[in-house]
Amino acid sequence: MARGIKDKVVILGAGCSKFGERWECEPADLMAEAFEECIADAGIEKNQIEAAWQATGIDSFSVGPGAMPLSMALRLPYIPVTRLENYCASGTEAFRAATYAVASGACDIALAMGFEKLKDTGYGGLPQRSRGVSNDMYYPNLSAPGMFAQLAAGYRAKYGTNKEDLKKAMAHISVKSHANGLKNPKAHLQRAITEEQALNAPMIAEPIGLYDCCGVSDGAACAIVTTPEMAKSLGKKDLISVKALQLCASNGEEGGFDNWDGSYVATTRIAAKRAYEEAGVTKPRKEISMTEVHDCFSVTEMVTMEDLYLSEDGGSVKDVLDGVYDADGEVPCQIDGGLKCFGHPIGASGLRMLYEMYLQLGGRASDRQLSDPKLGLTHNLGGFPHQNVVSVAIIGQHGI
Amino acid sequence: MVGITAYGAYLPRLRLQKKVIADANSWFDSGLVGLGKGEKTMCNWDEDAITMATEAYADCMGRESGQSPAALFLASTSLPFADRQHSVIVAEALNLETADLRTMDVTSSQRAATSALLSALDIAAAGNGAAVVVSAEHRLTRCASREEMLFGDGAAAISVGTDGVIAELVCSFTQATDMVDHYRAEGQDFDYGWEERWVRDVGYMGILRHAVEGLLSKAEVDAGEIKHFILPTDQGRVPAMVAKRLGIADAAVADNLLQSVGNTGTAQPLLLLAQRLEQAEPGDLILVTGFGQGCDTLLFRATDGIKGKKPLTGVSGHLARGVAEENYNKYQSFNNLLDKELGKRADTDKTAFLSAMYRNRDLVNSFIGGKCTACDTVQMPKHNYCVNPDCGAFKTQEDHPMSGVKGKVATWTADRLTFDFNPPAYFGLVKFDGGGRIMMDMTEVDPDTFDIGTEVSVHFRIKQIDSQRGFRKYFWKAVPAA
Repeated sequence: MARGIKDKVVILGAGCSKFGERWECEPADLMAEAFEECIADAGIEKNQIEAAWQATGIDSFSVGPGAMPLSMALRLPYIPVTRLENYCASGTEAFRAATYAVASGACDIALAMGFEKLKDTGYGGLPQRSRGVSNDMYYPNLSAPGMFAQLAAGYRAKYGTNKEDLKKAMAHISVKSHANGLKNPKAHLQRAITEEQALNAPMIAEPIGLYDCCGVSDGAACAIVTTPEMAKSLGKKDLISVKALQLCASNGEEGGFDNWDGSYVATTRIAAKRAYEEAGVTKPRKEISMTEVHDCFSVTEMVTMEDLYLSEDGGSVKDVLDGVYDADGEVPCQIDGGLKCFGHPIGASGLRMLYEMYLQLGGRASDRQLSDPKLGLTHNLGGFPHQNVVSVAIIGQHGI
Repeated sequence: MVGITAYGAYLPRLRLQKKVIADANSWFDSGLVGLGKGEKTMCNWDEDAITMATEAYADCMGRESGQSPAALFLASTSLPFADRQHSVIVAEALNLETADLRTMDVTSSQRAATSALLSALDIAAAGNGAAVVVSAEHRLTRCASREEMLFGDGAAAISVGTDGVIAELVCSFTQATDMVDHYRAEGQDFDYGWEERWVRDVGYMGILRHAVEGLLSKAEVDAGEIKHFILPTDQGRVPAMVAKRLGIADAAVADNLLQSVGNTGTAQPLLLLAQRLEQAEPGDLILVTGFGQGCDTLLFRATDGIKGKKPLTGVSGHLARGVAEENYNKYQSFNNLLDKELGKRADTDKTAFLSAMYRNRDLVNSFIGGKCTACDTVQMPKHNYCVNPDCGAFKTQEDHPMSGVKGKVATWTADRLTFDFNPPAYFGLVKFDGGGRIMMDMTEVDPDTFDIGTEVSVHFRIKQIDSQRGFRKYFWKAVPAA
């Protein structure tokens, strides 16, 4: 019986670049910016890193294929470097790979780096791209907001929620994240918005308006992981360890079989259950201190609250409007501003979320610091509501 | 007895109000004002001769899979490819039995459909079985031209055979004469035509009239006996003039639908025939002409079976379900007549991967899914493993045609970010009656009546146009019930 990853690996250091429209930066510049913060935080030398994983979400869009972009950007000392891609979960996947490598004993210190340079497309939104030679023949003519808007229709159909209430909850989510992002100097969007602005923004994909969408940014984030023993030997105290790392990939049942109604994301539920079990969490709403979830669109965050078992089924509209997930609420969500304010440089996002959880757990989140958080959960959702890859990670103070 | 056994038609839902063309262009040519009455059919951006032909066949013959006519002929002068047989695409979209199926595109003349019909009748008369002629037309016209005012888009289908004849072929007569009333050169988008008065006097009153006289003489039928006289033309007064000269009763003259459809080119003879067949009584004599580099003439007599055979929607049904379109720019855009800024999202590479397309043609062309023989679960697309989590059986799925199955909208959105020729792009999850579901594009959506639960049927439409390589891809889209 596998015992899971809990407390086997700790975060030695983490770094995050400023996210935004980094017109002047090459991907290598973004990586270096995140890495310099990370390695200083870790307190080690570059040549102590034994293996690295590079997450980039969009195939070869800016840096080309393979793992050389990371290795060359940092002039890593001829170590094994692997590029991986798993939709929007790519960053968390790099972290999972590095964590597993350390946990296996194959190496003591490993680096996970995620980045994306999205702002070289010449237009807003994610780059228009192929879904595969055969898939393109029959997939609908979709955009990301269009696919996630399906959740709103499915949710309305299931719970009879009226369009206005749903839209109001969606607006609250964006207003909340903007309020959080305002306090984060690394966020792309650092300004408050009003509910009225969110409600009246131009429609992108019914019912998702402009302010229901996350930003599109350039950015990089990374983490260095090691064993608790190594961290202690390096003089680290108050360790922050990995409690759970779970991944779930759709098999086509949601879209193709009649047991999914479009009101939730089945893979999130499966990954969350496994993660709670791995971390020993039995009452998520009580035990999870804070979350960074995949708020590519406000409606995604809304259903994710139910999929993570933080809200009852059908209860997230009320919980959101009651402020349960606000900065001063019961389980703050997107305390750093989320994808909403950071944008979504795909490979970076999962590591950016972990970076914030790591800061919060270490009491180093400055103006945004929550009171004594114990466990932080991150969630990524890549693909479409009906077929996707979901990652759920939980990190927390070591030994609790 | 050989003759017509079924008939059907298709007209695009959009009806361009001709006033908007006149309003936009009368400053330049005041003569257009007189033509600016009524409306004309207009293809949506995702419709063309192929998609309309598929619909017309289905209106005529139903959507049941596996039909096995001996031949399927497609007549048109506006086919999207110069070298690719379009009738085969239509046959696969209809999921016909393609083994021992004769297919042929008949083109290059406004009488292509009547010529195809004559050949189909020969096939049937030779005892080879039933043959279906489909004709569809989607011609481009120059801005501010007479043709822009008068041409409409549409399709019609006529099935012929020896069993269940509803209109018996009495006689036919063809005159071949190279009179160039208009032409369209290879590689050119638009027609070039000569003066209407000359076409009227020498073409219709001359060549066509003489051909009809030849037919009537050959058939030994008196002109006064004709109950339905079909003379396809966009010269409004010509049919009555010719009929009068021939001695055909005024009441027999078929209206060319110029205020409601427009001249649908090669499809016009079959479209008008399909309309008159809806009204015909047993014993009625029906005379069809097709004019172009001479003239085809065909004489049919309705049988007692005429009353019991109706198309699914028919010309009358299609005429009744129009949606008025008053945006002239949209008409020009859909027909790619403007050098329009489509945005960078339209810039993506649209290569058709032909080997993969061939491999996937059951799904792409025929909308065939899989049905598990172990648990009866219907699934789209067909897959090696059953999607039912309680089954999961390997290689148990049989082909399951879904193109005739209705469904309901389970989730949807109206997407304004993705590139679409007619934004917003509607798509969502469709659940089919009897099982099966797929996330798919939607078209012809009325935002005022559309929501979760809306009933839809699926239709073969253009999915994407690769203008760089001159290719167009087709797939199925959900259309809300009219």
